[in-house]
Amino acid sequence: MSTNPIPTVTPSGDDGLLRPPMDFQTRRMRLNSARRYLVNHLVTGLAVLSTVLVIVPLVAILGYLIYKGASSLNLAFFTHIPAPVGEPGGGMANSMVGSGIILALASSMGVPVGIAAGVYLAEYGRGKMLAMAVRFTADVLNGIPSIVMGIAAYSLIVMRQMHFSAFSGGVALAIMMVPTITRTTEEMLLTVPHAIREAALGLGVPKWRTVISVSLRTASPGIITGCMLAFARVAGETAPLLFTAFGNQFWSFKLNEPIAALPLQIYVYAISPYDEWHRLAWAGALVLILMIMVSVTLVRIYAGRGILKGAS
Amino acid sequence: MGAGIDVEHLNAWYGTTHTLQDINLNIPANHATALIGPSGCGKSTFVRCLNRMHETNPIARATGVVKMGDLDIYKDASPVDIRRRVGMVFQRPNPFPTMSIYDNVASGLKLNGFRNKAILDETVERSLKAAALWEEVKDELKKKSGASLSGGQQQRMCIARALAVDPEVLLMDEPASALDPVSTSKIEDLIFQLKSRYTIVIVTHNMQQAARVAENTGFFLNGKMVEFNSTDKIFTTPSDKRTEDYITGRFG
Amino acid sequence: MSLEREPEPSSPPTAPSLPMDAAPIHAPAIINFVAASEPVAQEGPPSPIRQYLSARGNGGLADRTFAAAMLVCALSIFAIVLFILTILIARSKLSLAQFGFGFFLRSAWDPVSGDFGALPFIFGTLTTSLLALAMAVPLALGVAIFLAELCPARLRAPISFLTELLAAIPSVVYGLWAVFVLVPIMRDQLGPLLVKYLGWTGFFGGYNFGVGMLTASIILAIMILPIISSITRDIMLAVPVSQREAVLALGATRWEMIRTGVLRNARIGIVGAVILGLGRALGETMAVTMVIGNHPEISKSLFAPGYTLASVIANEFTEATGDMYLSALIEIGLALFLVTIVVNAIARALVWAVTRGAPARSI
Repeated sequence: MSTNPIPTVTPSGDDGLLRPPMDFQTRRMRLNSARRYLVNHLVTGLAVLSTVLVIVPLVAILGYLIYKGASSLNLAFFTHIPAPVGEPGGGMANSMVGSGIILALASSMGVPVGIAAGVYLAEYGRGKMLAMAVRFTADVLNGIPSIVMGIAAYSLIVMRQMHFSAFSGGVALAIMMVPTITRTTEEMLLTVPHAIREAALGLGVPKWRTVISVSLRTASPGIITGCMLAFARVAGETAPLLFTAFGNQFWSFKLNEPIAALPLQIYVYAISPYDEWHRLAWAGALVLILMIMVSVTLVRIYAGRGILKGAS
Repeated sequence: MGAGIDVEHLNAWYGTTHTLQDINLNIPANHATALIGPSGCGKSTFVRCLNRMHETNPIARATGVVKMGDLDIYKDASPVDIRRRVGMVFQRPNPFPTMSIYDNVASGLKLNGFRNKAILDETVERSLKAAALWEEVKDELKKKSGASLSGGQQQRMCIARALAVDPEVLLMDEPASALDPVSTSKIEDLIFQLKSRYTIVIVTHNMQQAARVAENTGFFLNGKMVEFNSTDKIFTTPSDKRTEDYITGRFG
Repeated sequence: MSLEREPEPSSPPTAPSLPMDAAPIHAPAIINFVAASEPVAQEGPPSPIRQYLSARGNGGLADRTFAAAMLVCALSIFAIVLFILTILIARSKLSLAQFGFGFFLRSAWDPVSGDFGALPFIFGTLTTSLLALAMAVPLALGVAIFLAELCPARLRAPISFLTELLAAIPSVVYGLWAVFVLVPIMRDQLGPLLVKYLGWTGFFGGYNFGVGMLTASIILAIMILPIISSITRDIMLAVPVSQREAVLALGATRWEMIRTGVLRNARIGIVGAVILGLGRALGETMAVTMVIGNHPEISKSLFAPGYTLASVIANEFTEATGDMYLSALIEIGLALFLVTIVVNAIARALVWAVTRGAPARSI
């Protein structure tokens, strides 16, 4: 638009033709602005079109998943373990319990470390180079493929113990939770007004107590939803469990034995040739999706921010 | 009982900015002392040095001697000990948003691990009465959040919170600057009542306020203390030209 | 703060305590005022509260312990990355020693004779990721422009919510959908169409099973779309309003404003967002494994089955018999780790450059 000539109105015109100069200028400007408006509308149209092109199929996918899942869910899904090949029925009760055990393990390790690292970044590390480096590393760690975490947990634990275990799966998922929780905690703590910390410090409350009872407590809704989000995210992770938790067709509650997990089971059933197993896979996928919907909604409500901000 | 404060050669910096330059001052016990001066003159930094809040900012530092009674607060005690004895009221009301009124007032004790419920109840009531807020909130002490009060009520609650730890000195950093005139006059009345029991240091940019509440007044300018004297001397016969210019409104 | 070393109070030796100019500090109050209604407290034993607080420790030790614990947890993030790196190197030593750097240039993958090379996987990973980017980036940009600049306020929240929801759906669920919906579409509808109209390019030769590199690229594109568009939108929104107004005030149309006022200012961050999407695509495992066909070959046809770095690990790790086989797979993991670290570091640096030009929120 900077190429747009400034209309200089001179009696003779600058083109030397014998037309009235005003007309020429006006014509050129009109043509030019018509082109500009055309481009404007064209691009607007393209943006709208691409949004429609993206949103419609994505909504269709989501709707299809919900539809297939809902028509496949039944009570047995929640109460039974997988039926032997060829037999109808069966469910994913052991997978859900197994996922619960792995996730509880992962949370018990990942949540405290993640929150503490976030506390360091927001309360102790402000303006320090070290904090910048930690923040950057956390963001980079967030982008490392989950299957690499699986290999790391395998190499550390499974190779030593010589067998797959629920514990090794928990470690792999815990590592994945840490960066997300760290960044959410930091962002939530930064929303706590500094004046409130000063109020507590001014009363002679030690800093550690101020951090726990004032900063963390004030930011707790956001931090809790951040943890939920990290939880929901790793709950759907399959790759790191393939060779750590490994999967199990039966009940198992032991931490040092292979254990079933919902996403693993969905994977195994999805690539199997049996219709009955396909049905169970759809049902399992719906359970995962519902969990994620709830956590994403809660994050929206409590934290008032997008989940993709800062930690994606 | 309040304690007097002796300040000798106090210097303070934010980063490389020398915000306080060689301040010497005796603040008498059980009196109200006002500090006046234009914005950015260092008066807020000065009170923050008196309870070592200054050093909560990582780039800030201070040198010099500040004595509370016989105690050298930079040598003989930790910041936490000092802040328990020197209460502070901030420019803007800063209630703890997650706590009820009761918990806000009791926070200085509860967060320091004090558990005796009878004494807590009694202290909360006494402090709220001393802050002239008791009648307005006594029915909803534990139900209502501290942040749901009006601005003036919040500030009085913050005063009650500072009083609840039974301090010897009360520092007030422009406590009424964010409030309406009615709330301001309530706070001023309060300072009147409190100064018989506490040593009060009040920072204000409002000269009438200084004249109304304080026996002594110090005038700060560009990080230095230009003049310190009894309030009526400062306002009637200042000995320094700059003080006179300021109080007659010729600058600042 | 008691962790910080307090400045030593030092009074200059030459300075005796000077009295103030005005002597009578303790002059009685001049102003008349009503005596305080509360009786003046007399010097007596300190109150129970004062006794309690002065007996109470100042928490110096607890403070130091707490701060140290927080620091250790923050440092553990470095430790995790370092630990992953060292263990991957240690466990892939066998393959590293046997094949050296040539590992990444060899196309053999023969577990039986113990001959391994990663070229087919690198080819598969790059092809699917770049193809996915080519499909996703224009659409994602359009969506981001729509969301940031054109979208009516009422639509903005639901669409961003949907975007986030879709970004959070697990890979295995996308894979499930792809296996049962996308693969048949590719086999029966889209595939024949491509052969008919674009068959001459040679990219759509061979037999079309529905699974293969193109299907994998499409599912990857679907998965990275929400991420790229939402980060791009955030970056565009981070461009100051004043920049837009300056351009609009010159009489620009809305598109001209977006192009010169927004896109030009945000371009570094947008490149960062695209690279971030690339990082995601490179490491994406489950959905790709389920539809790519899992066969180590380098073929010109996009219908041909392929293999990616991540999917070969997912598919063969548990059945890897023999130390060399396992070692080779771990080396592939190491490569994936290093590549994604570099890609993510670049992307983060670019995104940060735009969204936090200044060190975000200081105190």
